[in-house]
Amino acid sequence: MRSPDNALEVDQLTRVFDVSAPWLNRVIDRKPKRYLRAVQDVTFTVRKGKCLALVGESGCGKSTVARLVTGLYAPSEGAILFAPAQKGANSGKPMEAQMIFQDPHASLNPRWRVGDIIAEPIREFGLRDGNEAIAARVAELLRTVGLSPDDAGRYPHEFSGGQRQRISIARALASEPEFLVCDEPTSALDVSVQAQILNLMRKLQDELGLTYLFISHNLAVVRHMADRIAVMYLGRIVEEAETEALFADPQHPYTQLLLQTIPDVASPNRNRELMGGEPPSPLDPPKGCAFHPRCPLAAERCRTSAPEVRARQGGGTVACHLAP
Amino acid sequence: MNSQTPALEVKGLSVEFPTRKGVLTALSDVSLTVERGEILGVVGESGAGKSMTGMAVLGLLEPPGRIAAGEIRIGGQRTDNLSDAEMETVRGRMVGAIFQDPLTSLNPLFSVGQQLTETIRLHSDRNRAEARAHAIGLLKQVGIPGADERIDHYPHQFSGGMRQRVVIALALAGNPQLIIADEPTTALDVSIQAQITTLLRTLCREHGAGVMLVTHDMGVIAETADRVAVMYAGRVIEVGLVEEVLNKPKHPYTRGLMGSIPALGARVERLTQIDGAMPRLNAIPPGCAFNPRCSEAGARCREVRPALVANARGSVACLVHDGGVA
Ligand SMILES: Nc1ncnc2c1ncn2[C@@H]1O[C@H](COP(=O)(O)OP(=O)(O)OP(=O)(O)O)[C@@H](O)[C@H]1O
Ligand SMILES: Nc1ncnc2c1ncn2[C@@H]1O[C@H](COP(=O)(O)OP(=O)(O)OP(=O)(O)O)[C@@H](O)[C@H]1O
Ligand code: SF4
Ligand code: SF4
Ligand SMILES: [Mg+2]
Ligand SMILES: [Mg+2]
Repeated sequence: MRSPDNALEVDQLTRVFDVSAPWLNRVIDRKPKRYLRAVQDVTFTVRKGKCLALVGESGCGKSTVARLVTGLYAPSEGAILFAPAQKGANSGKPMEAQMIFQDPHASLNPRWRVGDIIAEPIREFGLRDGNEAIAARVAELLRTVGLSPDDAGRYPHEFSGGQRQRISIARALASEPEFLVCDEPTSALDVSVQAQILNLMRKLQDELGLTYLFISHNLAVVRHMADRIAVMYLGRIVEEAETEALFADPQHPYTQLLLQTIPDVASPNRNRELMGGEPPSPLDPPKGCAFHPRCPLAAERCRTSAPEVRARQGGGTVACHLAP
Repeated sequence: MNSQTPALEVKGLSVEFPTRKGVLTALSDVSLTVERGEILGVVGESGAGKSMTGMAVLGLLEPPGRIAAGEIRIGGQRTDNLSDAEMETVRGRMVGAIFQDPLTSLNPLFSVGQQLTETIRLHSDRNRAEARAHAIGLLKQVGIPGADERIDHYPHQFSGGMRQRVVIALALAGNPQLIIADEPTTALDVSIQAQITTLLRTLCREHGAGVMLVTHDMGVIAETADRVAVMYAGRVIEVGLVEEVLNKPKHPYTRGLMGSIPALGARVERLTQIDGAMPRLNAIPPGCAFNPRCSEAGARCREVRPALVANARGSVACLVHDGGVA
């Protein structure tokens, strides 16, 4: 590791998916193989006990980074390095990240009772001894996420969408992880429960030193949670900085536009300006800087040469020819 | 269907789940109307009964759930007493549904294009090629880049937000009169959210479709809905014009809801939260369901159940506005 303070170091991470049509169709229609670069040369670090947020528009590669970090996808290129775990049975081995999924439906086994779903990691890691202690821990976790201990006996389909999301949060907390990857953990939750969960996550961070990789499209939530923010565009990180520095002084044109489009309940804007131009397809990424077709500042060289990631004025990194 | 009949009328709807430990009342005396060309927002805490209301309207309550009382009319036609087969026809002809969980509406074994063209051909006399062209157009409208190639991909090859948009395209494919949209934009960033809500508003204006927009996102409500209904513990507790309910909420619960929105301004140590939790269905207290958490509650709140009472600007179910709490 580059520094003992780092919990996670990600280096030049790339993931390519083969999205070719089935072989036979390809032969008949004479179509070439097609590849989709979901994540490209992504580098970042997360300090112990801190929260790094990934933001960026739908399809830019946030969940793919999350799945790479948690080992659900293998990287096509690049390295992912976790610091040694400090507690539990795994102490000394690399930390294992737990994940809260964007889609709770996909992560909860419909045939299991909620109590068993939450108890599974407790049993697997041997975190409590005996059925009674395990049941007590499950009850405690259910209360923590605003559900009731009685809910342990019910099945996932008997819950509302937001309640299911909380079940998956309880399950992730059950394994007492040191590193938590949260993919849109509160997007299915109403503001009141969202506030409860975000307050809880901050508290766990302070008390247990939990480290987070946090994904959300809600910039207000991100600002509340994150110490640093990495902005992604079409598979790459285009700007990375401390949260307040990024909000105060966004230097990449995409970050600037992103911050302008935040809706505000106090002054709703029914004719919101959409970000100019269409999001590009990762199947045919634009040449040069991937943002150039939509960038208000695009200059000639932006169309031909891709900007390098370099040091950002005021700390962090930025990838834009024209940034200061 | 004449232009005066509302797209949806729900009157006194109650939904029950018989269980081993007795009957759970999931919805109690829910009444709401969606006019043609109108977007009605439905908000409320997780578990309040928003999705359940949508499912009851669609005739898709999960057994043993059942409608215990009330009436539902879609485009003037009574639908709560229809057989499953008849209801399926109504759903197919008139209603587009966007479910909270996009994976439940998509079949993992078929490409997105196969699913879209099938729905389009079911609802129109387009041939295969025309249906495919229409499907690509819909995917473009919901903002899927590279739609003409993406159409042949399978659901798992899309990102979470893209899947959600594919479901929206699927719901619009049949050109419905009533759209039930359950958290259609939760996983979407603001720019695409704006594109989707603009699309919904256009459908309302141009085709006179009515939209029941279920969401917990007040920002979306503020920018999209015409009126809003607030639900709590299976009941509608406040209804009114969006500006009224957001800026001058009358019900103490609605006021609390407005206070817990993370503001964009400086980071606060803790977000305001309404203390306590919404009661579970088997433990709804007598009187006003909100009384254990309400700072304005009085003795009467523990005995009298407030009814939804109309006032000049909407309706509210709170004793403060109906005879006092003492
Ligand atoms: N298993 C897969 N096979 C093929 N393509 C994939 C796969 N998973 C993701 N992709 C593609 O990779 C790109 C990035 O997807 P990803 O899910 O990481 O986006 P995201 O940033 O999480 O978006 P959202 O905010 O919509 O969830 C998308 O174009 C998506 O279609
Ligand atoms: N099949 C079922 N059996 C028993 N109870 C159920 C069933 N389905 C839902 N419920 C309960 O009914 C209540 C209302 O659920 P509903 O899905 O309508 O909530 P919601 O308002 O949509 O919440 P969310 O914002 O979390 O999606 C919840 O308390 C839920 O636990
Ligand atoms: S490199 Fe050029 S096109 Fe890309 S963001 Fe900077 S100014 Fe815009
Ligand atoms: S009726 Fe009473 S308890 Fe209920 S919201 Fe009004 S004041 Fe509060
Ligand atoms: Mg995602
Ligand atoms: Mg719901």
